[in-house]
Amino acid sequence: MPLAVSDAAEVDSVDQEYLWTLNFGPQHPATHTTLRLVLKLDGEKVVDAVPHIGYLHSGFEKLGEDLDFNQYVTIVDRMNYISPMANEIAWHHTVEKLLGIELTPRCKYLRTILAELMRLHDHLLCVGAQALDLGAFTAFLYGFTQREKIYDLAEYASGQRFHASYTRVGGVMFDVNADWAAQVKRFTEGFKPVHAELHRLLTRNRIFIDRCKGIGVLTPEDAINMSVTGPLARASGVVRDLRKDEPYLAYADLDFKVVCAKGGDVYSRYMVRMAEMMESIKIIEQAIENIPAGPVNVDSVTDVVLPTKPAVYRSIEGLIQHFEVLMPNRGFPVPTDEVYGATESPNGELGFYLVGDGSNRAYRCRTRPPSYIHFSIFPHLIRGHQLSDVVAVLGSLNIIAAELDR
Amino acid sequence: MPSLEEIRAKVGAEIDESSFRDNRRVIVPAEKAFTLLAWLKEQGFNMLVDLTAVDYLEYPKAVDRFHVVYVLLNVDSGERLVVKTPLNPPELDLPTVTTLWKGADWMEREVYDMYGIVFAGHPDLRRILMPDEFTAYPLRKDYPRKGYGERHNFPVITRSES
Repeated sequence: MPLAVSDAAEVDSVDQEYLWTLNFGPQHPATHTTLRLVLKLDGEKVVDAVPHIGYLHSGFEKLGEDLDFNQYVTIVDRMNYISPMANEIAWHHTVEKLLGIELTPRCKYLRTILAELMRLHDHLLCVGAQALDLGAFTAFLYGFTQREKIYDLAEYASGQRFHASYTRVGGVMFDVNADWAAQVKRFTEGFKPVHAELHRLLTRNRIFIDRCKGIGVLTPEDAINMSVTGPLARASGVVRDLRKDEPYLAYADLDFKVVCAKGGDVYSRYMVRMAEMMESIKIIEQAIENIPAGPVNVDSVTDVVLPTKPAVYRSIEGLIQHFEVLMPNRGFPVPTDEVYGATESPNGELGFYLVGDGSNRAYRCRTRPPSYIHFSIFPHLIRGHQLSDVVAVLGSLNIIAAELDR
Repeated sequence: MPSLEEIRAKVGAEIDESSFRDNRRVIVPAEKAFTLLAWLKEQGFNMLVDLTAVDYLEYPKAVDRFHVVYVLLNVDSGERLVVKTPLNPPELDLPTVTTLWKGADWMEREVYDMYGIVFAGHPDLRRILMPDEFTAYPLRKDYPRKGYGERHNFPVITRSES
């Protein structure tokens, strides 16, 4: 399949007097979150679009300089809130890279399973909401039912449905049990027929195809030049997936494919997300079968991780360690250096540029948010398309405003 | 990936190099930064993954006030390279790299918004996350976490005035 033939009309000039301006957002049902677009229209043709963002800016990066590595995970959770644990995993991946911690095999597998569950979480909402914006309501509900089950799994593991705050430096909050693993297996079995149903609802749906094909075409050269990553880049034919290219966690041991398309339009992005969900299911099934036994937190660097409860109550060393980790004026030594670490989050490359100054607070914790970078290409994608295509392109970019503004 | 000797031969001898974990860093003076980045793009670093800045005001043993950080990626080979440029007030300006990588557009706007570093030649250098009338640069280390009371001094529009 070659690059999709773009539907966009020629744009002659953006300064004609007869053009009129339409304010799209900040509170519009199809923006899903709080963002604003000022569109310049020639009839129904979008001539230019100027995004205005920052409505949800709440200084996450400034807060990160004040909270320690374990506390900041609660803030990170709230960035891309439709796949919260993917952010936590990315954050602690970078922190552990700075500290030089090698996770235990069980923790690697557990985090891999959670990361893939979050990928399903994100893709289900993205595909469902995209269909919802284009008038297909059922797919959204089917997707959301499955998301509810992932919420249950997150709650079972961490005690919190939404903002789980589950990972810790060198491990996770608490280990999962065999019943959780059985529930994950049951979920993957139940997911497959729903996925097929979503395919039947949308993939060959005449209206859906007409609204998606040839809309918002992004060439591979532009995708690379504009720093686009993740499913968007892969839908344009850029073969890059950090899970394969820079394997982290347990991805090197597991068998899965990197899904790519060549169309580069909204429909290709939908297809890539749909196929990625099946790959995620494949990864979860392998990982849950092979999850190793043993401790979930690292033991070798015990001054970083909270000790187990019996150790706290029954030994003085455990009590001291508990105290050292939790007290704000204590903490563990951190190298005075800086590191960039990234993981493949559902939306693309989620990276952190972390500067350590010797204390257990980040001196600077820059987030590289995929939504921010993807939204910056929106004017490029929409130029020349119809007004009704705005929601199609927005849906396919999967913009999460909390991550966009931080 | 170009070696330090190749970079020095191309741009000048005052280039420094360091590495930590799997990150390789090149530190280049501000006036040579654009030459180096343009050359690195020709060498295959076709994606600008991230562009940010760090304020080293309170950092132990820091020499320069700011560093602007470019994280580059060669998509074909998967190599990464971090380029850092020191900046000291009052000369807080750098040439824009939007001419090399279009993805730098919003990232440079964010750095301008948060640190007040001006990217000369940027097509649309406005504040992006903070409101336009904001005067401070919030991610600088001398900006207090509570702010200077900007929030309390927002003009209040009553129903009768609107």
